[in-house]
Amino acid sequence: MAVVECPECAAAITLADDLILGEILECPDCGLELEVRGLDPVEVDLAPEEEEDWGE
Amino acid sequence: MKAGILYSRARLEEKLILQALKERGIDYELINDQQLVLDMDRPSLDCDVVLERCISHGRALAALRILKDWGIKTVNTYEVAAICGSKLETTSALVRHEVPSPRTLVAFTPESALEAIQRVGYPAVLKPAVGSWGRLLCKVNDREAAEAVLEHKKVLGSYHHSIFYIQEYIDKPQRDIRAFVVGDETICAIYRYSDHWITNTARGGRAENCPVTPQIGQLSLAAAEAVGGGVVAVDILETDDGRMLVNEVNYTMEFRNSIKPTGVDIPGKIVDYMVEVASG
Repeated sequence: MAVVECPECAAAITLADDLILGEILECPDCGLELEVRGLDPVEVDLAPEEEEDWGE
Repeated sequence: MKAGILYSRARLEEKLILQALKERGIDYELINDQQLVLDMDRPSLDCDVVLERCISHGRALAALRILKDWGIKTVNTYEVAAICGSKLETTSALVRHEVPSPRTLVAFTPESALEAIQRVGYPAVLKPAVGSWGRLLCKVNDREAAEAVLEHKKVLGSYHHSIFYIQEYIDKPQRDIRAFVVGDETICAIYRYSDHWITNTARGGRAENCPVTPQIGQLSLAAAEAVGGGVVAVDILETDDGRMLVNEVNYTMEFRNSIKPTGVDIPGKIVDYMVEVASG
Protein backbone atom coordinates (compact mmCIF):
# COMPACT_ATOMS: atom_id res chain seq x y z
CA MET A 1 0.00 0.00 0.00
CA ALA A 2 1.36 3.43 -0.94
CA VAL A 3 1.41 6.32 1.48
CA VAL A 4 1.19 9.86 0.17
CA GLU A 5 1.09 13.23 1.80
CA CYS A 6 -1.90 15.53 1.51
CA PRO A 7 -0.69 18.59 -0.44
CA GLU A 8 -2.80 20.85 1.76
CA CYS A 9 -2.38 19.64 5.34
CA ALA A 10 0.51 17.16 5.01
CA ALA A 11 -1.50 14.33 6.53
CA ALA A 12 -0.23 10.86 5.67
CA ILE A 13 -2.80 9.08 3.48
CA THR A 14 -2.60 5.33 3.00
CA LEU A 15 -3.86 4.30 -0.41
CA ALA A 16 -5.25 0.99 -1.64
CA ASP A 17 -3.28 -1.18 -4.06
CA ASP A 18 -5.91 -1.16 -6.80
CA LEU A 19 -5.81 2.57 -7.48
CA ILE A 20 -6.99 3.92 -10.80
CA LEU A 21 -5.57 7.05 -12.40
CA GLY A 22 -8.09 9.83 -11.92
CA GLU A 23 -9.57 8.30 -8.80
CA ILE A 24 -10.96 10.80 -6.33
CA LEU A 25 -10.33 10.47 -2.62
CA GLU A 26 -10.79 12.65 0.40
CA CYS A 27 -8.05 13.57 2.83
CA PRO A 28 -9.09 12.01 6.15
CA ASP A 29 -7.72 14.98 8.07
CA CYS A 30 -8.68 18.14 6.22
CA GLY A 31 -11.40 16.69 3.99
CA LEU A 32 -9.94 18.14 0.81
CA GLU A 33 -10.86 16.36 -2.43
CA LEU A 34 -7.75 14.87 -4.03
CA GLU A 35 -7.19 13.21 -7.37
CA VAL A 36 -4.73 10.41 -8.19
CA ARG A 37 -2.46 11.96 -10.81
CA GLY A 38 0.15 9.25 -11.11
CA LEU A 39 0.52 5.55 -10.36
CA ASP A 40 4.22 4.88 -10.66
CA PRO A 41 5.06 6.52 -8.37
CA VAL A 42 1.72 7.25 -6.78
CA GLU A 43 0.98 10.96 -6.82
CA VAL A 44 -2.03 12.91 -5.65
CA ASP A 45 -2.96 16.54 -6.07
CA LEU A 46 -5.93 18.79 -5.45
CA ALA A 47 -8.86 17.62 -7.53
CA PRO A 48 -9.81 20.15 -10.20
CA GLU A 49 -12.77 22.36 -9.41
CA GLU A 50 -16.05 21.87 -11.20
CA GLU A 51 -16.13 23.62 -14.57
CA GLU A 52 -18.99 25.06 -16.55
CA ASP A 53 -19.36 22.12 -18.92
CA TRP A 54 -19.04 19.35 -16.37
CA GLY A 55 -21.89 16.95 -15.84
CA GLU A 56 -23.91 14.22 -17.50
CA MET B 1 -13.17 -7.93 -28.07
CA LYS B 2 -11.40 -4.98 -26.53
CA ALA B 3 -13.25 -2.11 -24.94
CA GLY B 4 -11.91 1.36 -24.30
CA ILE B 5 -13.12 3.41 -21.36
CA LEU B 6 -12.57 7.10 -22.06
CA TYR B 7 -12.84 8.88 -18.73
CA SER B 8 -11.80 11.91 -16.71
CA ARG B 9 -12.34 10.71 -13.17
CA ALA B 10 -12.58 7.19 -11.83
CA ARG B 11 -15.86 7.69 -9.98
CA LEU B 12 -17.99 4.93 -8.56
CA GLU B 13 -19.78 4.67 -11.91
CA GLU B 14 -16.52 3.99 -13.76
CA LYS B 15 -15.39 1.48 -11.14
CA LEU B 16 -18.69 -0.41 -11.43
CA ILE B 17 -18.36 -0.48 -15.21
CA LEU B 18 -14.84 -1.87 -14.89
CA GLN B 19 -16.13 -4.49 -12.50
CA ALA B 20 -18.80 -5.49 -15.01
CA LEU B 21 -16.17 -5.76 -17.74
CA LYS B 22 -14.00 -7.98 -15.55
CA GLU B 23 -16.95 -10.19 -14.63
CA ARG B 24 -17.59 -10.75 -18.31
CA GLY B 25 -13.94 -11.41 -19.07
CA ILE B 26 -13.77 -8.48 -21.47
CA ASP B 27 -10.35 -7.02 -22.19
CA TYR B 28 -10.31 -3.25 -21.69
CA GLU B 29 -8.08 -0.22 -21.86
CA LEU B 30 -8.45 2.80 -19.60
CA ILE B 31 -8.07 6.05 -21.53
CA ASN B 32 -7.67 9.03 -19.24
CA ASP B 33 -8.64 12.19 -21.08
CA GLN B 34 -6.27 14.28 -18.96
CA GLN B 35 -3.31 12.53 -20.56
CA LEU B 36 -4.79 11.86 -23.96
CA VAL B 37 -3.21 13.26 -27.10
CA LEU B 38 -5.14 12.66 -30.30
CA ASP B 39 -3.16 13.11 -33.50
CA MET B 40 -6.13 13.63 -35.78
CA ASP B 41 -4.59 12.18 -38.91
CA ARG B 42 -2.90 9.28 -37.16
CA PRO B 43 -5.33 6.88 -35.49
CA SER B 44 -3.74 5.43 -32.39
CA LEU B 45 -6.43 3.48 -30.58
CA ASP B 46 -7.09 -0.21 -30.98
CA CYS B 47 -10.50 -0.85 -29.47
CA ASP B 48 -13.65 -2.45 -30.80
CA VAL B 49 -15.78 0.03 -28.92
CA VAL B 50 -15.10 2.97 -26.65
CA LEU B 51 -17.42 3.95 -23.82
CA GLU B 52 -17.29 7.70 -23.28
CA ARG B 53 -17.34 8.69 -19.60
CA CYS B 54 -15.78 12.17 -19.73
CA ILE B 55 -16.85 14.61 -17.05
CA SER B 56 -16.47 17.52 -19.47
CA HIS B 57 -18.88 17.88 -22.36
CA GLY B 58 -16.27 19.75 -24.38
CA ARG B 59 -13.75 16.96 -24.04
CA ALA B 60 -16.34 14.30 -24.76
CA LEU B 61 -17.45 16.02 -27.94
CA ALA B 62 -13.92 16.54 -29.24
CA ALA B 63 -12.84 13.00 -28.46
CA LEU B 64 -15.96 11.41 -29.93
CA ARG B 65 -15.54 13.46 -33.11
CA ILE B 66 -11.99 12.19 -33.60
CA LEU B 67 -12.80 8.60 -32.68
CA LYS B 68 -15.63 8.69 -35.20
CA ASP B 69 -13.22 9.95 -37.83
CA TRP B 70 -10.96 7.01 -36.97
CA GLY B 71 -13.81 4.59 -37.53
CA ILE B 72 -14.02 3.53 -33.88
CA LYS B 73 -17.47 2.68 -32.55
CA THR B 74 -18.44 4.66 -29.47
CA VAL B 75 -21.13 4.64 -26.82
CA ASN B 76 -22.61 7.09 -27.15
CA THR B 77 -22.04 8.43 -30.66
CA TYR B 78 -20.71 11.87 -31.43
CA GLU B 79 -24.10 12.87 -32.79
CA VAL B 80 -25.90 11.86 -29.59
CA ALA B 81 -23.39 13.78 -27.48
CA ALA B 82 -23.73 16.87 -29.67
CA ILE B 83 -27.50 16.84 -29.30
CA CYS B 84 -27.77 15.89 -25.62
CA GLY B 85 -24.98 18.23 -24.55
CA SER B 86 -27.00 21.23 -25.69
CA LYS B 87 -30.45 21.88 -24.26
CA LEU B 88 -31.32 23.80 -27.40
CA GLU B 89 -30.30 20.90 -29.66
CA THR B 90 -32.15 18.47 -27.41
CA THR B 91 -35.35 20.49 -27.49
CA SER B 92 -34.99 20.83 -31.25
CA ALA B 93 -34.75 17.05 -31.59
CA LEU B 94 -37.70 16.47 -29.27
CA VAL B 95 -39.86 19.01 -31.10
CA ARG B 96 -38.97 17.58 -34.51
CA HIS B 97 -39.84 14.08 -33.33
CA GLU B 98 -43.02 15.28 -31.60
CA VAL B 99 -41.87 14.13 -28.19
CA PRO B 100 -43.70 16.21 -25.54
CA SER B 101 -41.46 18.71 -23.77
CA PRO B 102 -41.95 22.02 -21.94
CA ARG B 103 -42.71 25.01 -24.13
CA THR B 104 -39.36 26.59 -24.97
CA LEU B 105 -38.51 29.96 -26.47
CA VAL B 106 -35.13 31.25 -27.57
CA ALA B 107 -34.00 34.87 -27.81
CA PHE B 108 -30.70 36.67 -28.31
CA THR B 109 -30.96 39.98 -26.49
CA PRO B 110 -32.13 40.85 -22.97
CA GLU B 111 -34.98 42.86 -24.48
CA SER B 112 -36.31 40.09 -26.69
CA ALA B 113 -35.70 37.56 -23.93
CA LEU B 114 -37.89 39.63 -21.63
CA GLU B 115 -40.61 39.58 -24.25
CA ALA B 116 -40.21 35.80 -24.52
CA ILE B 117 -40.47 35.41 -20.75
CA GLN B 118 -43.66 37.46 -20.71
CA ARG B 119 -45.08 35.27 -23.48
CA VAL B 120 -44.37 32.15 -21.44
CA GLY B 121 -45.64 33.77 -18.28
CA TYR B 122 -44.34 33.88 -14.75
CA PRO B 123 -42.80 31.93 -13.20
CA ALA B 124 -40.49 31.12 -16.10
CA VAL B 125 -37.27 29.11 -16.23
CA LEU B 126 -34.01 30.25 -17.79
CA LYS B 127 -31.27 27.74 -18.47
CA PRO B 128 -27.84 27.89 -20.08
CA ALA B 129 -27.83 25.92 -23.31
CA VAL B 130 -24.86 23.90 -22.05
CA GLY B 131 -24.86 22.85 -18.43
CA SER B 132 -25.62 19.99 -16.08
CA TRP B 133 -26.07 19.03 -12.45
CA GLY B 134 -28.69 21.73 -12.01
CA ARG B 135 -26.17 24.54 -12.44
CA LEU B 136 -27.19 28.09 -13.35
CA LEU B 137 -30.90 27.31 -13.59
CA CYS B 138 -33.08 30.34 -12.90
CA LYS B 139 -36.72 30.39 -11.91
CA VAL B 140 -37.86 33.95 -12.42
CA ASN B 141 -41.04 34.81 -10.60
CA ASP B 142 -41.60 38.36 -11.83
CA ARG B 143 -40.42 41.04 -14.24
CA GLU B 144 -37.92 42.58 -11.81
CA ALA B 145 -36.21 39.22 -11.29
CA ALA B 146 -36.21 38.56 -15.04
CA GLU B 147 -34.57 41.91 -15.79
CA ALA B 148 -31.87 41.30 -13.18
CA VAL B 149 -31.07 37.78 -14.36
CA LEU B 150 -30.96 38.80 -18.00
CA GLU B 151 -28.60 41.68 -17.26
CA HIS B 152 -26.32 39.41 -15.22
CA LYS B 153 -26.21 36.78 -17.95
CA LYS B 154 -25.42 39.37 -20.59
CA VAL B 155 -22.70 41.14 -18.62
CA LEU B 156 -21.12 38.33 -16.64
CA GLY B 157 -21.51 35.33 -18.90
CA SER B 158 -19.60 34.16 -21.91
CA TYR B 159 -21.21 34.51 -25.35
CA HIS B 160 -23.26 31.37 -25.03
CA HIS B 161 -25.11 32.88 -22.06
CA SER B 162 -26.55 35.34 -24.55
CA ILE B 163 -28.46 32.53 -26.20
CA PHE B 164 -31.41 32.86 -23.86
CA TYR B 165 -33.17 29.51 -23.48
CA ILE B 166 -36.49 30.15 -21.81
CA GLN B 167 -39.03 27.56 -20.71
CA GLU B 168 -42.42 27.44 -19.12
CA TYR B 169 -42.22 26.42 -15.47
CA ILE B 170 -43.77 23.04 -14.81
CA ASP B 171 -45.36 22.81 -11.38
CA LYS B 172 -44.39 19.22 -10.73
CA PRO B 173 -45.30 17.19 -7.61
CA GLN B 174 -41.96 17.83 -5.77
CA ARG B 175 -40.31 15.18 -7.85
CA ASP B 176 -39.26 14.34 -11.35
CA ILE B 177 -38.55 11.05 -13.05
CA ARG B 178 -35.29 9.80 -14.47
CA ALA B 179 -35.67 6.89 -16.87
CA PHE B 180 -32.60 4.92 -17.89
CA VAL B 181 -32.61 3.77 -21.51
CA VAL B 182 -30.09 1.27 -22.85
CA GLY B 183 -30.55 0.52 -26.52
CA ASP B 184 -34.20 -0.25 -27.14
CA GLU B 185 -35.15 -0.85 -23.50
CA THR B 186 -36.07 1.41 -20.61
CA ILE B 187 -34.26 -0.66 -18.02
CA CYS B 188 -35.44 1.19 -14.94
CA ALA B 189 -36.50 4.55 -13.58
CA ILE B 190 -36.30 6.55 -10.37
CA TYR B 191 -38.28 9.35 -8.82
CA ARG B 192 -36.07 12.20 -7.64
CA TYR B 193 -37.75 13.88 -4.71
CA SER B 194 -36.80 17.31 -3.50
CA ASP B 195 -38.45 20.23 -1.72
CA HIS B 196 -36.47 22.42 -4.11
CA TRP B 197 -37.67 22.86 -7.69
CA ILE B 198 -34.28 21.60 -8.90
CA THR B 199 -34.35 17.86 -8.21
CA ASN B 200 -30.90 16.69 -9.41
CA THR B 201 -29.38 14.24 -6.95
CA ALA B 202 -26.22 16.33 -7.38
CA ARG B 203 -28.25 19.06 -5.63
CA GLY B 204 -29.59 16.77 -2.91
CA GLY B 205 -32.55 15.14 -4.64
CA ARG B 206 -33.56 11.78 -3.12
CA ALA B 207 -33.94 8.72 -5.35
CA GLU B 208 -36.75 6.17 -5.07
CA ASN B 209 -37.78 3.44 -7.46
CA CYS B 210 -40.26 4.45 -10.13
CA PRO B 211 -42.05 1.60 -11.89
CA VAL B 212 -41.59 1.78 -15.64
CA THR B 213 -45.19 2.20 -16.70
CA PRO B 214 -46.14 1.92 -20.38
CA GLN B 215 -46.34 5.73 -20.50
CA ILE B 216 -42.87 6.21 -19.00
CA GLY B 217 -41.44 3.44 -21.15
CA GLN B 218 -42.86 4.78 -24.39
CA LEU B 219 -41.95 8.38 -23.64
CA SER B 220 -38.37 7.63 -22.62
CA LEU B 221 -37.80 5.40 -25.64
CA ALA B 222 -39.24 8.08 -27.92
CA ALA B 223 -36.91 10.65 -26.38
CA ALA B 224 -33.91 8.35 -26.70
CA GLU B 225 -34.75 7.70 -30.34
CA ALA B 226 -35.19 11.41 -31.00
CA VAL B 227 -31.63 12.16 -29.87
CA GLY B 228 -30.12 9.20 -31.68
CA GLY B 229 -30.30 6.39 -29.15
CA GLY B 230 -27.73 4.59 -27.05
CA VAL B 231 -27.26 4.76 -23.28
CA VAL B 232 -29.15 7.80 -22.02
CA ALA B 233 -30.95 9.05 -18.95
CA VAL B 234 -34.22 10.76 -19.79
CA ASP B 235 -35.53 13.32 -17.30
CA ILE B 236 -39.33 13.57 -17.26
CA LEU B 237 -41.63 16.09 -15.62
CA GLU B 238 -45.21 15.34 -14.57
CA THR B 239 -47.72 18.13 -15.07
CA ASP B 240 -50.69 18.76 -12.82
CA ASP B 241 -53.05 17.75 -15.63
CA GLY B 242 -51.54 14.30 -16.00
CA ARG B 243 -49.15 14.84 -18.90
CA MET B 244 -45.52 13.83 -18.96
CA LEU B 245 -42.91 16.05 -20.59
CA VAL B 246 -39.29 15.27 -21.41
CA ASN B 247 -37.09 17.89 -19.74
CA GLU B 248 -33.70 16.73 -20.92
CA VAL B 249 -31.67 13.74 -22.05
CA ASN B 250 -28.28 12.96 -20.50
CA TYR B 251 -25.65 11.06 -22.48
CA THR B 252 -22.98 10.31 -19.84
CA MET B 253 -25.38 9.26 -17.16
CA GLU B 254 -24.57 8.88 -13.51
CA PHE B 255 -26.31 5.97 -11.85
CA ARG B 256 -24.71 5.26 -8.47
CA ASN B 257 -27.86 6.30 -6.56
CA SER B 258 -30.18 4.33 -8.84
CA ILE B 259 -28.88 0.75 -8.62
CA LYS B 260 -30.12 0.05 -5.11
CA PRO B 261 -33.61 1.56 -5.35
CA THR B 262 -34.32 -0.08 -8.72
CA GLY B 263 -32.50 -3.37 -8.16
CA VAL B 264 -31.24 -3.17 -11.75
CA ASP B 265 -27.63 -3.88 -12.69
CA ILE B 266 -27.22 -0.67 -14.65
CA PRO B 267 -23.44 -0.99 -15.24
CA GLY B 268 -23.94 -4.56 -16.40
CA LYS B 269 -26.59 -3.49 -18.87
CA ILE B 270 -24.27 -0.77 -20.19
CA VAL B 271 -21.44 -3.24 -20.74
CA ASP B 272 -23.79 -5.72 -22.45
CA TYR B 273 -24.83 -2.90 -24.78
CA MET B 274 -21.18 -2.11 -25.51
CA VAL B 275 -20.69 -5.74 -26.54
CA GLU B 276 -23.70 -5.47 -28.82
CA VAL B 277 -22.35 -2.30 -30.44
CA ALA B 278 -18.88 -3.79 -30.84
CA SER B 279 -20.22 -6.85 -32.61
CA GLY B 280 -22.81 -5.01 -34.67
